[in-house]
Amino acid sequence: MLNRRDFIQTLVRGSILAGLTLLTGALVYRSRKGGCESGFACGSCPKSDGCNLAEAKAFRQTVWQLDPAKCIQCGRCATNCVMSPSAVKCFHVYAMCGYCDLCGGYFKPETKDLTTAAEHQLCPTNAIKRKFVEDPFFEYSIDKPLCIGCGKCVKGCGAFGNGSLQLQIDHHLCQNCNECSIARSCPSEAFSRVPAGKPYLLKSFGKELLPDKKTTSG
Amino acid sequence: MKERMKKLCWILLFTLVVVNGFAVQRFPKPEFETAYLQPQTHQPPPRAELLAVTDVVVLFLALAVTTWLVLKRRSRMGVFFMSLASLAYFGFYRQGCVCSIGAIQNVTLALFDHSFFIPLTVIAFFILPLIFTLFFGRTFCAGVCPFGALQDLVAFRPVKLGSRLNAVLGMIPYVYLGLAVLYAATGTDFIICRYDPFVGIFRFGASFGMFIFTGTLLLSGIFIARPYCRFLCPYGVLLNRTSRFSRKHLTITPAACIQCRLCENSCPYDAIDIPVTGKNPMDKQRRMRNLIFIILLVPVLVGIGGWTGARLHETLAGVNPKVRLASLVMHPESYAGMAEPFEITAFRSAGKPVAQLYAEASSVLGQFYTGGWILGGFLGLVFGLVIAGRMLARYNPDYVPNKGNCFSCGRCVDYCPVKATTNPPS
Repeated sequence: MLNRRDFIQTLVRGSILAGLTLLTGALVYRSRKGGCESGFACGSCPKSDGCNLAEAKAFRQTVWQLDPAKCIQCGRCATNCVMSPSAVKCFHVYAMCGYCDLCGGYFKPETKDLTTAAEHQLCPTNAIKRKFVEDPFFEYSIDKPLCIGCGKCVKGCGAFGNGSLQLQIDHHLCQNCNECSIARSCPSEAFSRVPAGKPYLLKSFGKELLPDKKTTSG
Repeated sequence: MKERMKKLCWILLFTLVVVNGFAVQRFPKPEFETAYLQPQTHQPPPRAELLAVTDVVVLFLALAVTTWLVLKRRSRMGVFFMSLASLAYFGFYRQGCVCSIGAIQNVTLALFDHSFFIPLTVIAFFILPLIFTLFFGRTFCAGVCPFGALQDLVAFRPVKLGSRLNAVLGMIPYVYLGLAVLYAATGTDFIICRYDPFVGIFRFGASFGMFIFTGTLLLSGIFIARPYCRFLCPYGVLLNRTSRFSRKHLTITPAACIQCRLCENSCPYDAIDIPVTGKNPMDKQRRMRNLIFIILLVPVLVGIGGWTGARLHETLAGVNPKVRLASLVMHPESYAGMAEPFEITAFRSAGKPVAQLYAEASSVLGQFYTGGWILGGFLGLVFGLVIAGRMLARYNPDYVPNKGNCFSCGRCVDYCPVKATTNPPS
């Protein structure tokens, strides 16, 4: 026999359980419905070129993504990340690079003497390596552990060059915080959550640079 | 050749110095004559999906093991080591993300914003501890939550706060929960994550302000045991309310209470209800008067709270990025003499019409007006119910853990001299 107190307890417990089940159902339905149809945008574009929708839909997790087209290189990525140095790094899209001798991302403006001397470099941490390829071309590569994600080189390359230097979140370093502390201070709302199957948004002359299978799998 | 390229570069540089375009092909891709191989852009993959499933499995196992330790083994030692293991996994290995406390915001945003995607992992982190609590009490707090484990480690000299102070401070989590839901529902901010005091410890780094906050919490935690859990944790509110209706719960004594009072001071969280026997019963007339007073008081408090919340909606909305940007655009004099804020620069370069921004900001303000009424009303209701709870005394013959406030840590169990001869009473 139930007494009155137990009866009320059981009744309330049952209704809480029913409520939780309903909530779970609604959330799971919402979660399953995720994908391009629900306006789930990868960066700025919900259906950018080469978007493998099936691949994106297969992933049930999300990661943060930086849209380089929205980025204004304010420098907050370098200071606001919970990681130190920041998980945002400069990525070099070699396919876009002009291999210029006078690199707008490497040299400070008004630099005449194109040497690797520290006073000529835009990068505050000497994270860009300049290597001679053949006359008159130079290869520039990013030393990831040195890069602090300040975006100075990105600004320089975007202003004077092809824009082959782009800021991206390095997902090997990113903690995938529930609330990205850079995202909430980003002035241009360049951060968004995207399917984990498509974590990078690198642009190559208007098109999206697709990940190279050899480099991503390793 | 080299000189010519250099000259060309300089000319281009000066012509393009004012143009800040994105990804324009100003220089053609070189055709290399040597055997130079163009490197690929390395894109490190994110954490494997399978590991997210592992997190949920670990959460479930941790909840199950802790519940077994609390209810069947009645072992404080076991719960202690379980909480250390959880601290190591969810705290230091998973770096405190995603946690059940923060999942409140994801769930809220997913319910209000249809474009927000909520992964199944986050749903599991939100629901599983609630279901366990509904059946077995707050075993999540005892041995699974890394925040609780961390604070449990420093509770060296707990002092009793008294029921009045406990009730007043116990209101804070409701305010925090209300604000967190309001800010998450309006897509403004995840304040639980932003003001998460312990995540800095797990990640070995925090801002100065958060460092001071964490230090204060941990130092005060020496005397006020589990200050975050008792007087801040918004998920604790949900667990507290759910646990009151739990099917089973930790009992101090495995058999019948002999009223020896040995456990009276064992609880560092003031969560043991002392017996309220029929010695000093309230007369029926006074009880009826109290009940009528409460029934009249609660709607008044809800009304006052709602009205105040609605009055404060502009202040509350001030932290919303859209509202802030709109007010910056509307009042350029607010940053006169200073460098132009990055927000304004970004807004200009995005080329969004000002009218659209204002429309969005005013829609957010409208949401905050409604939200202010609901939040204020909710807080008024909670305040009224707290007063009601204090005015209506309940009959309680034995020393029992308060099912709402008890974290099921199992400390009191060791103080009870009664040994189980048979199974504990159901």
